[in-house]
Amino acid sequence: MANTLLEVRNLKKYFKTSHGMLHAVDDISFTLEKGKTLGLVGESGCGKSTTGRAILRLIEPTSGEVIFDGVDVTKLGKPAMRKMRKNMQIIFQDPFSSLDPKKTVNQIIAEPIKENRIIQDKVAREERVLELMDTVGLARRLINTFPHELDGGRRQRIGIARALAMEPKFIICDEPVSALDVSIQAQILNLLKQLQHQMGLTYIFITHDLSVVNHFSDDIAVMYLGQIVEKASAEEHFTNPLHPYTKALLSAIPIPDLKIKRERISLKGEITSPVNLPNACRFAKRCYECMEICNHEIPPLKEVSPGHFVACFRYT
Amino acid sequence: MNETTQGSKGLLIPETKDDLILDMQNLNVRYETEDGIVYAVNGLNLQLGYKKTLGLVGETGAGKTTTALAMLRLIPDPPGVVECDQLLIHDKDILKMPADKLDEVRGKDIAMIFQDPMTALNPVFPVVDQIAESLEIHENLSRSEAEEKAKEMLELVGIPRSRAYEYPHQFSGGMKQRVVIAISLACNPQLLIADEPTTALDVTIQAQVLELMKELKEKYNTSMIMITHDLGIVAEVCDEVAVMYTGRIVEQGTLEDVFERTMHPYTEGLFNSLPNITNRQAMLKPIKGLMPDPMDLPKGCTFAPRCDYATEACSLGFPPLRAVSDTHKVACIGYDHPAFHIERRKG
Repeated sequence: MANTLLEVRNLKKYFKTSHGMLHAVDDISFTLEKGKTLGLVGESGCGKSTTGRAILRLIEPTSGEVIFDGVDVTKLGKPAMRKMRKNMQIIFQDPFSSLDPKKTVNQIIAEPIKENRIIQDKVAREERVLELMDTVGLARRLINTFPHELDGGRRQRIGIARALAMEPKFIICDEPVSALDVSIQAQILNLLKQLQHQMGLTYIFITHDLSVVNHFSDDIAVMYLGQIVEKASAEEHFTNPLHPYTKALLSAIPIPDLKIKRERISLKGEITSPVNLPNACRFAKRCYECMEICNHEIPPLKEVSPGHFVACFRYT
Repeated sequence: MNETTQGSKGLLIPETKDDLILDMQNLNVRYETEDGIVYAVNGLNLQLGYKKTLGLVGETGAGKTTTALAMLRLIPDPPGVVECDQLLIHDKDILKMPADKLDEVRGKDIAMIFQDPMTALNPVFPVVDQIAESLEIHENLSRSEAEEKAKEMLELVGIPRSRAYEYPHQFSGGMKQRVVIAISLACNPQLLIADEPTTALDVTIQAQVLELMKELKEKYNTSMIMITHDLGIVAEVCDEVAVMYTGRIVEQGTLEDVFERTMHPYTEGLFNSLPNITNRQAMLKPIKGLMPDPMDLPKGCTFAPRCDYATEACSLGFPPLRAVSDTHKVACIGYDHPAFHIERRKG
């Protein structure tokens, strides 16, 4: 595809533990077009954040390819990777711990500009910081304040400004609004959307919140124990979910609307350990539609209708 | 859900005081710190009928948890200063109670579930001990009787009794919260205060825990105050809702009153900020600005600086919470004009 910005092929990240191999990310493949948003959803421990970090090589993938703008970033040496990272940025979940408490807003936003020798002149750099603050809706007077003086929403705006400082093409948003109150959450989501339109940004949006991801994404990939179990357009994902896990997940969201009544699918048990996984569907133990085959074979991710992929023997 | 709320309409505001498990009048809590005085709760009245569930909703800093702690007289003093005209729970006057009597009430008549199950349990004792403890104290059971009852409680919350002697770290987050629920319900409390009980949990586990709480509440006829920031959870488990802002209730009523006949601009703002799961195209309409600093609350209506409908009159004094129907109350002077109305986002 000519318009593809990012292609991930068979990405794996295993961690050695004292109990055995932990399969945090286990053979994930997808493509992402320019200017689009892919939502990566799943419960804690499903590997969504590890996937994001492995794509940026903030942790080294065990194997697999990450092709960004035609270049396999997993093969790049350190200096080349450093250059490449200007195009690939990340916004972290917790604006309380991801900002250096001893630095001012100015220093935090200016750091990447300085480190990458983009603007050497101090005065010009400060001008650029002010520009970025305008872009993300931070009042200019806050330039010399410290993170602890600011609330969560403003801190997240600093994180966004810092990510934008390199004029990236691609940003991974790792639970960017999970720590924020709803009224502030809506402000930040609107800001991210507006920036995407203005700058043609491409996002991977990592979250556990299905109503947020639905609102924000073009495509949605649902992860379970290190694997993508279903991928479809956001529209399709909500109107025609196929995988039993996706269906259960959707039915579990509490909806603030008294008119909507749903059948709740309640799952038994909890996510099993991603260490020493059996050769079977990883969801089989909690699945309410489990069949014989599910217990001794791994279902492949297959396209069941155009653009709709699902890894379940019910559909293959 | 529909059936219970409608069927119980007559009980929402009980006829007599005897129908109330909780009657709290004019609660004020402030924290006197070196930097200044934090006005956390400002003149709060709360009443709750037996077997009812009240949702206490609001954002960080609205005073929800402070209100709950004040009901159990758990506000640390100093810096906390609590003033309250009346606090009756299950006909017991909590304010006049000496400290040693309070221990008999806490965990027995009133139990609390805290937000974070990771820190609410003691890491060095097996879970069975932690459940048995309150049974020994309140129910005068022997050690072995208490342990037996504790194991029954574990089974009740869906944990096999074979795991009774395991330590908290051996359980997952959802299981830990089940243990906390078992502790809080062990002595069959009249009033259960649940402070964001599922916020730390994944959505499928949250659904399991909420389902369990609903079941147990029915079974034991417990009244409940559910503190949450999630309007979806309120819609699922509560009969009544009180929306808090800067330590005050700005709107209160039945689930239908608040969700379908929303009146306060802040409540409207909360709904408009939520992504709509059935309509992807709906724009988010955030509330502008930030919640005011509780050390420096604006004069008049504290929401006025963020309110699209505010007029000069709003800065004159905090609007009283006034009844607009038998069950519905709102604190907004906009309604002095008969034509005033707010607009919920469509879809």
